Amino acid sequence: MASKTLYSDPRLKKRDDFEDILEERRNSSDLRYALRCYTPLLYKGITPCKASMLKTTVLKSDHVHYVIQQLSKEMGESPDIIKEEAAEILEEMAQSLQLGIIRFFAFTLSKAFKKLFQRVKVNEEGIQRLQQAIQEHPVVLLPSHRSYIDFLMLSYILYTYDLSLPVIASGMDFLGMKIVGEMLRMSGAFFMRRSFGGDKLYWAVFSEYVKTMLRIGYAPVEFFLEGTRSRTCKSLTPKLGLLNIVTEPFFKGEVFDVSLVPISISYERVLEESLYAHELLGVPKPKETTSGLLKARKMLGDDFGSIHVYFGHPVSLRSLAQKKINRSNFNLVPRHIPRKPTEDIQAFVNNTGYRMVRLQQENMVVSPWVLIATILMQDLPGVDSEYLIEKTAWLRSLALLFGAFLDWPDHVPTSKVVASSVALHHNIVRNVNGRVVLIDEEKPNDNSSDDLVFKKAVTVLMCASYRNQIMHVFIRPALVAAAIHTVCNARKEEVFSYFNFLRELFANEFIFTPGNAVQDFEDGCYLLVKCDAVQILKQDFVVTETGQSTISFLVAMLRPFLEGYQVVCKYLSEEVIEGFTEMQYVPAVRIFAVKMIISGSLKSYDVLSSDMQKNCLAALLRLNVLRKTKLADQITIKVNQAAVTRLVDALDGKTPVQKAALARL
Amino acid sequence: MASSSNISELQQIAKERLRIISGHLQKPANREQLRVSANECKAEAADRSLEKTGTIPKRRQDILKWNGWGYNDSKFTFNKKGQAEFTGKRYRLSGMVLPALREWFEKTFGASLEHKTPARSALNPSEVPPPILNEGFVQDLKGTAIPFSCETEDRIFRAHGHCLHEVFALREGKFERVPDLVVWPNCHNDVEKIVELACKHNICVMPFGGGTSVSNAVECPSDEKRTILSLDTSQMNRILWIDEKNLTAHVEAGIVGQDLERLLNESGYCTGHEPDSMEFSTLGGWVATRASGMKKNIYGNIEDLVVHIRMVTPRGVIEKSCQGPRMSTGPDIYHFIMGSEGTLGVVTEVTIKIRPIPEYQKYGSVVFPNFDQGVACLREVAKQRCAPASIRLMDNEQFQFGHALKPQVSSIFTSFLDGLKKFYITKFKGFDPNQLCVATLLFEGDREKVLQHEKQVYDIAAKFGGLAAGEDNGQRGYMLTFVIAYLRDLGMDYYVIGESFETSVPWDRVLDLCSNVKERIIRECKEKGVQFPPLSTCRVTQTYDAGACVYFYFAFNYRGLSDPIHVYDQIEHAAREEILANGGSLSHHHGVGKLRKHWLQETISDVGLGMLRSVKEYVDPNNIFGNRNLL
Repeated sequence: MASKTLYSDPRLKKRDDFEDILEERRNSSDLRYALRCYTPLLYKGITPCKASMLKTTVLKSDHVHYVIQQLSKEMGESPDIIKEEAAEILEEMAQSLQLGIIRFFAFTLSKAFKKLFQRVKVNEEGIQRLQQAIQEHPVVLLPSHRSYIDFLMLSYILYTYDLSLPVIASGMDFLGMKIVGEMLRMSGAFFMRRSFGGDKLYWAVFSEYVKTMLRIGYAPVEFFLEGTRSRTCKSLTPKLGLLNIVTEPFFKGEVFDVSLVPISISYERVLEESLYAHELLGVPKPKETTSGLLKARKMLGDDFGSIHVYFGHPVSLRSLAQKKINRSNFNLVPRHIPRKPTEDIQAFVNNTGYRMVRLQQENMVVSPWVLIATILMQDLPGVDSEYLIEKTAWLRSLALLFGAFLDWPDHVPTSKVVASSVALHHNIVRNVNGRVVLIDEEKPNDNSSDDLVFKKAVTVLMCASYRNQIMHVFIRPALVAAAIHTVCNARKEEVFSYFNFLRELFANEFIFTPGNAVQDFEDGCYLLVKCDAVQILKQDFVVTETGQSTISFLVAMLRPFLEGYQVVCKYLSEEVIEGFTEMQYVPAVRIFAVKMIISGSLKSYDVLSSDMQKNCLAALLRLNVLRKTKLADQITIKVNQAAVTRLVDALDGKTPVQKAALARL
Repeated sequence: MASSSNISELQQIAKERLRIISGHLQKPANREQLRVSANECKAEAADRSLEKTGTIPKRRQDILKWNGWGYNDSKFTFNKKGQAEFTGKRYRLSGMVLPALREWFEKTFGASLEHKTPARSALNPSEVPPPILNEGFVQDLKGTAIPFSCETEDRIFRAHGHCLHEVFALREGKFERVPDLVVWPNCHNDVEKIVELACKHNICVMPFGGGTSVSNAVECPSDEKRTILSLDTSQMNRILWIDEKNLTAHVEAGIVGQDLERLLNESGYCTGHEPDSMEFSTLGGWVATRASGMKKNIYGNIEDLVVHIRMVTPRGVIEKSCQGPRMSTGPDIYHFIMGSEGTLGVVTEVTIKIRPIPEYQKYGSVVFPNFDQGVACLREVAKQRCAPASIRLMDNEQFQFGHALKPQVSSIFTSFLDGLKKFYITKFKGFDPNQLCVATLLFEGDREKVLQHEKQVYDIAAKFGGLAAGEDNGQRGYMLTFVIAYLRDLGMDYYVIGESFETSVPWDRVLDLCSNVKERIIRECKEKGVQFPPLSTCRVTQTYDAGACVYFYFAFNYRGLSDPIHVYDQIEHAAREEILANGGSLSHHHGVGKLRKHWLQETISDVGLGMLRSVKEYVDPNNIFGNRNLL
């Protein structure tokens, strides 16, 4: 088997070194830094244009003009009125990038970052590659999204290295913040409504605005593929709207190429960690307000460790599309007339989205604390610190073997590394009498058991969010391990079938490139063989003696997810009679799970996370276990109880899963 | 109009016209050599007196290069002082020193006069594969008394067109399959006899006109086992009649462009069809490839000019029974012939539209601050349908190229004027010398109308920031297209290879196509290991209502490459893919030949290709016309 595929050994991946950009800030004047001469190298094909001119260009564009005419015909409204509406949309949306405000941010963020973070580390080779790319072709920056800090941080770094500042697609919510919203606008943010699916005019103006900036090389265009901050710190499946927009100018021959630059921003401690945990448990997200921001100042006293920002290799859209997309398909309709992307375009853009998220994951830096959290999550509420140190060292070598990008300090004993990580995350864990345990300050008798569960869940979900940061490294071998563990028969086809079943089930939970099951399977197998956990004899898997513990560890890593999905299934078969609405679903599952926890029949808290609940819902809909029906203007979800039973049985390994296509195995 | 003019006036006009034609073709002082006179020439006179006056003899080698472009006596060389000069007496540039060319050449390509790659000096007949002769056919052919030859030189001369790899192979003395026999029919009937015999003995016939193909169209298929007969039409070069009432002329298809124009001029007429290859390319070739002429804005392309076609096919002769100016009689059968590229038969006679020679002709040029503005101007000119006889827009690289061909200036005054002009444009008007580009113009017609027309065009140009830049610049622009092929031979002496290719594209895509294709060429060169930056330049050469024709020049220095031709082919292939991806056509006027047939299916759809195939199958079931172009 190993001979068939060319494996890219993850360990051989060459990664760049990091430099700490805060170091210089600590040693020289922030004011001088903010006022220094800023002369970035620009795109060679740039058409110079002011932010205000940009709006005029967009309003006058053939595309917007066409859509206005169409709408005017459809609605019987005069084109001038629609045009005014378009101008308003543009007014609301447009950025007005100004160097002055950037300098202001350069100054204040320097102060803030120095307080919050120990280090902000950047791979300078990546910066150089980016600088090169910016001059060659229009650039799209695709950072991961874990925190509000992300885009401020990126612009700050680009300013520091004298690179063109990006324009950034941001959510409308920021505009609600007085002054700050406008400041963000001046620092290059442009604002998009969260959903505008049906609004043709909005879509035309917005997409034309983005495309114009890209075409004329106005500035690098930055947006978050994941669409929103990942509250769980797992990568979210890519949202394709903006990716569709920025790829179109290439398909239509308006630009020679577009460079897609994946950027991985990893936080040793996420600023919003507790906020996220609360949100996942159903506490509504606080509205973005300026006063809220000012209140957040109190965080400045805390230590949030290091940030790593890794600028990945620019990916040429042209090379990605080679042999996949026939651009001459765009020859027969004038380019300004909007058209729904064809199936092959959709598939390509979807694939590209996944590919870019995978590239982000690849260069996410994993801190020692992530390893610790991973171990703790398997042994809640806590473990002996001796055991923890030993296990962390073991996990470290396994993670390295699997290609994790670990930020492990040189020449420091593991015990010290563990101790300092525990100290940094004092809001989650604490060392009590030689045991590292999750904090649990509340006195039991003051609270109802529901509250207790909630409090504990907050801490667990925070801890889980760190485990989640390494899931992308382990998920493939873990799925294979789970398949071997569940399928009694160790034949390769059977294992693959079960692997494929799990992979399909978890396709909303983890990032799997569509249509790539065989490769994912082989990658997983390869890593298990590499770490000596299994041997493959002919067509059979044999778990080695030493490998048993690895397999168990990997299976345990997946357990919360498997349990979570089982709980949802249990809820569906026990509680749902008629059907339910999406609104009812999340709270109902939460109540159901809390009951199970209180009764002691459920150990894992992960299923309390609305993220997992929603992923599970999407998966079950996708697998036709659930079905949406429209009843009296309300969308109701109906349950196929037989399918639920089949799914539960399959998860338990009681019945074999459907055979997957094995042609390529 | 012609009949009502008095003769001396007509002669006057004809003389003027000839002078102008020589303007961009021949050196004026050389006029006598052409032995042209403008006299009142009637159809029957033409029939009698034009027995053997064609420019191209049966032995092409007597006046043409065997391994390069054009006349033996005309070529670029570097003289002892290291300055470029153009030899011979035929062209305006002939005998002139071009002081700027060397520097441009060295700077653009990183070439050096030290590093030479001379061609083989003579043809070595022993290297040429011996002819495969079908004895029965040869026997029968002898019986017809139609002249033929199987001499090596004659065969080699008809074994190639002017694609880069074809000329490169000649220079290296590499020959694969070449025609086995050359035959020179004198008239339509001769062709009928030849084709009949070819069918009888199952041999392969490849029509050969001027040999200026740049699509591999006359290259022999290497696996053709039958005798390959090259049917050279050059001796079918008479104007059979001129019809002044209907303004048409009936002409044998082997006549080359310059002879056709010259002979018609003698009667006070012209066709106005002037492709850049008109010195050597033939009427039949134009029909077979769907040719386009520089002045199509006034006269139309070949499909607009042709009134009647006669073609000999294995099934017999195809032609229409009348000469009505337009017919609704099902699909136009002439459109099966135009663009058939020698796969269906031999075009023998054509009735073509003629026009009285225009009274006045004027060159002009406009400088634009950048290419975008220039294209916008051309688009506007096309929109207002006021394009002059010719309007072309050269990009900055080509503008600089044109400048390198400026002959030594004769007086301090001219050089002073040039300096002043340059100062005015770059300093006073603020044009960036590395951005500006130039449109060249050619106006034709009544003097009054030309001047009016000129003003209209210059007014439009001014709206797009264009500045009038004089007649001289315009004329030099057109000269460039006539000498470019000679320049390629010079390049090949110094490791530089290149080629041109063309496309047509809707207006809204012109700019994107130009920049993407140029960029693709540069990028491919880098990726394929070309050590020096290439010359990658384009011009918009024709305007239409719905789009434009774009012409690319691409050349690079191949030092350090082991297989330059392969690299070249890959890059040209990539450039064509880029053209197609950007909404450009497979060809505007060069044709498909064998070079581009790879893309014909996606260009005209499966059904389209099937239609062409079924026509071929009916007309020529045994593939007698087996040059394998198109399909």
